[in-house]
Amino acid sequence: MRLSGLYPAVAASGFRRYATYRVATAAGVFTNTVFGFILAYTYIALWSERPHLGGYDQAEALTFVWTGQALYATVAIAGGGFQEELQERIRNGDVAVDLYRPADLQLWWLASDLGRAGFQLLGRGVVPLAVGALAFDLALPSDPLVWALFLLAVLLGLVVAFAIRYLVALAAFWLLDGTGLSMLSALIGLFFSGSLLPLTVFPGAFGDIVQWLPWSATVQVPADTLIGRHEGAAVVGVLAFQAAWAAALLLAGRSVQAAATRKVVVQGG
Amino acid sequence: MWTRSALAYRMSFALMTFGSAATAFLDFVAIMIMFTHVDALGGFSVAEVALLYGAASTSLGLADLALGTMDRLGTRIRDGTLDVLLVRPVPVFAQVAADRFALRRIGRVVQGLLVLGWAVAALDLDWTAGRVALLVTMVLSGAFLFGAVFALGGAFQFVAGDAAEVQNSFTYGGSTLLQYPPTIFAKELVRGATFVVPLAFVNWIPALRLLGRDDPLGLPGWVDFLSPVVAAAMCGLAALLWRLGLRSYRSTGS
Repeated sequence: MRLSGLYPAVAASGFRRYATYRVATAAGVFTNTVFGFILAYTYIALWSERPHLGGYDQAEALTFVWTGQALYATVAIAGGGFQEELQERIRNGDVAVDLYRPADLQLWWLASDLGRAGFQLLGRGVVPLAVGALAFDLALPSDPLVWALFLLAVLLGLVVAFAIRYLVALAAFWLLDGTGLSMLSALIGLFFSGSLLPLTVFPGAFGDIVQWLPWSATVQVPADTLIGRHEGAAVVGVLAFQAAWAAALLLAGRSVQAAATRKVVVQGG
Repeated sequence: MWTRSALAYRMSFALMTFGSAATAFLDFVAIMIMFTHVDALGGFSVAEVALLYGAASTSLGLADLALGTMDRLGTRIRDGTLDVLLVRPVPVFAQVAADRFALRRIGRVVQGLLVLGWAVAALDLDWTAGRVALLVTMVLSGAFLFGAVFALGGAFQFVAGDAAEVQNSFTYGGSTLLQYPPTIFAKELVRGATFVVPLAFVNWIPALRLLGRDDPLGLPGWVDFLSPVVAAAMCGLAALLWRLGLRSYRSTGS
């Protein structure tokens, strides 16, 4: 197989692999829908006390909730996907075999994770958002251009989320058992992505800082793009923000990978 | 054994215990952030919400500590390793519960108790012996109720296979639901949580009595003390269905 066709093939196999678990997907849709309802009611209570909190009206806040649930599995911000597998391969030494393969380790996992995310977006994203739109009054856009921009923001958010989790997984080279770090990373990701509460609602200077952190690119930016909070040139700005974090974190992943590879050789003796 | 193996990686164990407490803590931070914008949510003050939160979180933490590994059952059924447990002279239920027992989950219990303690101190309640007894019964019955849900989730996996996430929506999702006052949810949702999956008995119903509030469904007053009865009934049902599930188990392969 030519190398240029390799990564699309890896992505396709990532897609198919997750498509196999139909019951697990249905269970996931159920979970995201349940959480969507719980969060939606708490947001209604909050926004009826304080209309326009964080710059959203109630319909926009509810759209934020359901977009967040639709993206929950897709960006895999709370773990899942390739991370555990790569950590296990690092722990038991199989990663040495991977490094001999004529494919780039980071690109390989990125391709497989994008394939997984593509399935999750269709399998676990569409239904919760549709249920939310039926049960509540949402502010979904009618302009196809906004939807296209949203999908672009989701794609960039996926790369950022991947790059963060890749760095966490590589830490297993030094920690051996990376489960603890994965858990911490999941909790930080959940909190700072805007999945629990929109980042614009966070108070004061803390609220300003959290919007500049990379996690903001994973849920907050795509959701805001769908709601139409960024208009005109501002859209280019937030997409550039995502792309910059994606590039920086992927490069960081490369240099950590290079350092880790040297370490593998030493261990192999 | 699993405790010893977890302690082998000290750094990771410390991170995980801290992580498990902190994971639970950050959703409380999210509630606190909500209260920087409002004085009351659904008519409940921050201390009252903290009481609901602390009680639900402690109960879930205790159940999770004992039975949280029930979600691995689906994996064991799929790859056939459940058969190993069947030939050992120990009840399968005890083995599944002890499988990868994770001491780090104690983190959530500690966090729940801290929030509960803060709520008890911040609330201006007259702590009579009866109130204290109701509080303790509430947390313990809640733990058994969540435990029954974990076991029911395990039994369900004999039928559905890889559906551990359904169980999560009732345990972790249920606890998220119970962290907020019942007044903010639609009546049908509260009814469902009372009569269908009786999670309201974990904290809502007894806590409303503690706080001296009427429950939104207008149930008779004696219902407030039913938590242990409901918990016992749920545990009985879980035991029954677990046995049915185990009996129906056919191993993978030929």
